[in-house]
Amino acid sequence: MSQTADRIASSPAPDSPTRGLSLRRALDFVGVQNVSLLIALGILVTIIGTQDPVFFQTANIKTIGTAVAISGLLAVAQTVVIVLGALDISVGSQAGLASVVSAMAFTATSGNAALGIAAALALGLCCGLVNGVVIVFGRVNPVIATLATLAAFKGVAQLVSNGRAQGYTGADPVFIFLSRGSIAGIPTLIWVFVLAAAAVHVMLKYTDLGRNIYAIGGNDNAARLSGININRYILGVYAMTGLIAALAGILITARTGSGQPVSGSEGLELEAITAAALGGCALKGGKGAVSGTILAVLLLGVLTNGMTLLGINPFWQNVAKGTLLVVAVVIQQVRSGERRVGLPT
Amino acid sequence: MTTPATAPPAAEALCVEALSKRFAGVRALHDVHIDVRAGEVLALMGENGAGKSTLLKILSGDYQPDSGRLVLEGEPVVFRTPAEAHRAGVRIIYQEPEIVPHVSVAENVYIGALPRRRGRLLDRGALHARVQADLERYGFAQVLRPDTLGGRLSAAQRQLVEILRALTGNVRVIAFDEPTSSLSEHEVDALFALIRRLRDDGVAIIYVSHRMKEIFRIADRVAVLRDGRLVGQRAVAETSEDELVRMMVGRDLSAMFRRRHTGAARDRSMLSVRSLTTDDVTDISFDVRAGEVLGLTGLVGAGRSELVRAVVGDLPIRSGRVLVDGEPVRLRSPRDAVRVGIGLAPEERKADALILERTVRDNVSLAVLSRLSRFRIVRRGRERDLVNRYVRQLDVRTPSVEQEVRRLSGGNQQKVVLARWLARRPKVLILDEPTRGIDVGAKAEIYSLIDELAAEGIAVLVISSELPEILGLADRIIVMQHGRITGELTHDDATEERILALAMADQLTSEGVIR
Repeated sequence: MSQTADRIASSPAPDSPTRGLSLRRALDFVGVQNVSLLIALGILVTIIGTQDPVFFQTANIKTIGTAVAISGLLAVAQTVVIVLGALDISVGSQAGLASVVSAMAFTATSGNAALGIAAALALGLCCGLVNGVVIVFGRVNPVIATLATLAAFKGVAQLVSNGRAQGYTGADPVFIFLSRGSIAGIPTLIWVFVLAAAAVHVMLKYTDLGRNIYAIGGNDNAARLSGININRYILGVYAMTGLIAALAGILITARTGSGQPVSGSEGLELEAITAAALGGCALKGGKGAVSGTILAVLLLGVLTNGMTLLGINPFWQNVAKGTLLVVAVVIQQVRSGERRVGLPT
Repeated sequence: MTTPATAPPAAEALCVEALSKRFAGVRALHDVHIDVRAGEVLALMGENGAGKSTLLKILSGDYQPDSGRLVLEGEPVVFRTPAEAHRAGVRIIYQEPEIVPHVSVAENVYIGALPRRRGRLLDRGALHARVQADLERYGFAQVLRPDTLGGRLSAAQRQLVEILRALTGNVRVIAFDEPTSSLSEHEVDALFALIRRLRDDGVAIIYVSHRMKEIFRIADRVAVLRDGRLVGQRAVAETSEDELVRMMVGRDLSAMFRRRHTGAARDRSMLSVRSLTTDDVTDISFDVRAGEVLGLTGLVGAGRSELVRAVVGDLPIRSGRVLVDGEPVRLRSPRDAVRVGIGLAPEERKADALILERTVRDNVSLAVLSRLSRFRIVRRGRERDLVNRYVRQLDVRTPSVEQEVRRLSGGNQQKVVLARWLARRPKVLILDEPTRGIDVGAKAEIYSLIDELAAEGIAVLVISSELPEILGLADRIIVMQHGRITGELTHDDATEERILALAMADQLTSEGVIR
């Protein structure tokens, strides 16, 4: 019994009943792990905003939003993959392939945008399933498997397009709406990103599917013995990632006015992983959230935008991003109190 | 002192003086004084959370004390890292040893001090010869070979590797942290022979265990911790089990086993296994009936865990049938088993059952999430009610259901695993070593819980290596050896001697023939 008393005493005592509680609620809402990201974002916004007031203008904020929408989509998908305990390096290539296919299907159907989009989405689903099948039934480590498909999908995109930009979608109203349109004053690109992120957030946080994904990432033996069909979840998560990557590819087509096999998408996979890691995902799985990833995406977007506004040499932007990631992960690890021996988890 | 080996002039090898340690305001150790003499075995007892592990981690250099000091052979010492403690001759043997899976036993033993020749070339011959000599000297040559890969070792063999590792170099103090929890009876005998030899060589030994019998077999003195304080020290010859238990828990546990579940619907077989053969077990048949507790025992390595994993579809079956509630079933995965109403709480709680970094709520509701969901959205209110109900029913001691499971004690973690299955309302519950590494108080609670479950009509299959546990809990006991059932005993017929005779049947006869 004394044990019970000890345990209860050890839980943090609420300091003042009203203020303590509302602070607690606010913290719960944001998530403790996101606080440092919010603080960093706040500091960055303050610094850039005081240096150049243009930063706060609506047009600039829209610019930031549309700039992060595509990589943000991939980062959100990557978050789910990482929570599952896996990794998908091929998302950039999938987006490139989808971009080409959307434009080629659009051209082949003599300008049917809906068919172009549907073809790209179907293809994304297939690419994702290929990844899943190789991992589950080929027993290939997810990093290796998607490293392979990173190359293969890119190759396929170059083959079907002969390495050149495909089609011209710049005059089609649907694609124009996607790239430059807006609903209620907010650009469509941002809407697509926000809606997709919200859907994934709800899936991950509020459904049994999401909870099982956390369970598999946290301890796959426990999940298996509790009756979760792990293989089905792996296939499903990779298929969903393929679908979202295809969506990103369609947006690339819309923005550039043609299908881009490589140029619009190369390197997006690393941006996605960067954002997810910065947002607090642990690569060993079981930990991470869409909210953290979105904050990280915004942080990276604001950083790029701000440095451009302030006229800083763009090469420094990469140095800044890299530094930010290392500092963020170091802070997370110090807080988790991991022993400083050997390879970190 | 009573034993001649620890006659008064024996030097105090290690003194722990006024040691205190707090973690985030929680007192883990408070003003603890303990000393161990060279050539004696000091048992350290206490419930989980009493401070034993903290004390060991201070000795090993993993933690720094807030106040107080360590004195090794008269010299005050400070261990800033485990390497410093190792150099000073202090060794801790942990319950769950770290073994490198892809290298041999020999390399695992001499890891960090591999014999070399000409620069950095590994002298494999010398290494194996050295380890083989060690194995023979310490009496482990029968159970462990130097060239086996680390990944193929059983829990008991891993423990032995850890012990061999500790014995390299100059050794003054060795602490064993529940060394026998994964060992079978005859391996325990070998371990005790080794401990006695070390003691006679003048090593000071600290022996942490929950098992009373072992304390009385091996220890010279006992020190009892409770809530981070030293409750008292006794010479083993001058104390009793009852006194030690009272010191540890402050209450009487004479009624650890209450049997209320007798007389239920015993003729309805909920789980029937017929002539089951897998890679590990041969021709296994048994029934577990509604409202009964069936005990399954045998030495470590007899194939008990492999048997139940095959039953729930986690290991392939070569031939044989499984029936649940009279219906033949074909279980291809644990998922199928869960669906037909079988729950398995595996032996390795942390590795196979718990998601340590998730909350009590997440862990308890894991197997029932789809039942709690509508349109795939988990209904949080219902979930919370359900989890709270089982947390209360099982008396899981946690500040809230939002606590991460890794912060709970071993006993409470096990209750979380049980709560997960109770929430699923299974027909058959299989518990593999349900009380391993759990303190006395929590053990008694889990025993009474198992009894209640059987009283409610659940068919319970308990695997255990602890004979008193099997004897106290089970209505019938089946004993396995080398993947086969060697006998079945009823609650009234069973004795430790009979079980052991069945568990070691051919060893006894073959030894009889040889000698």
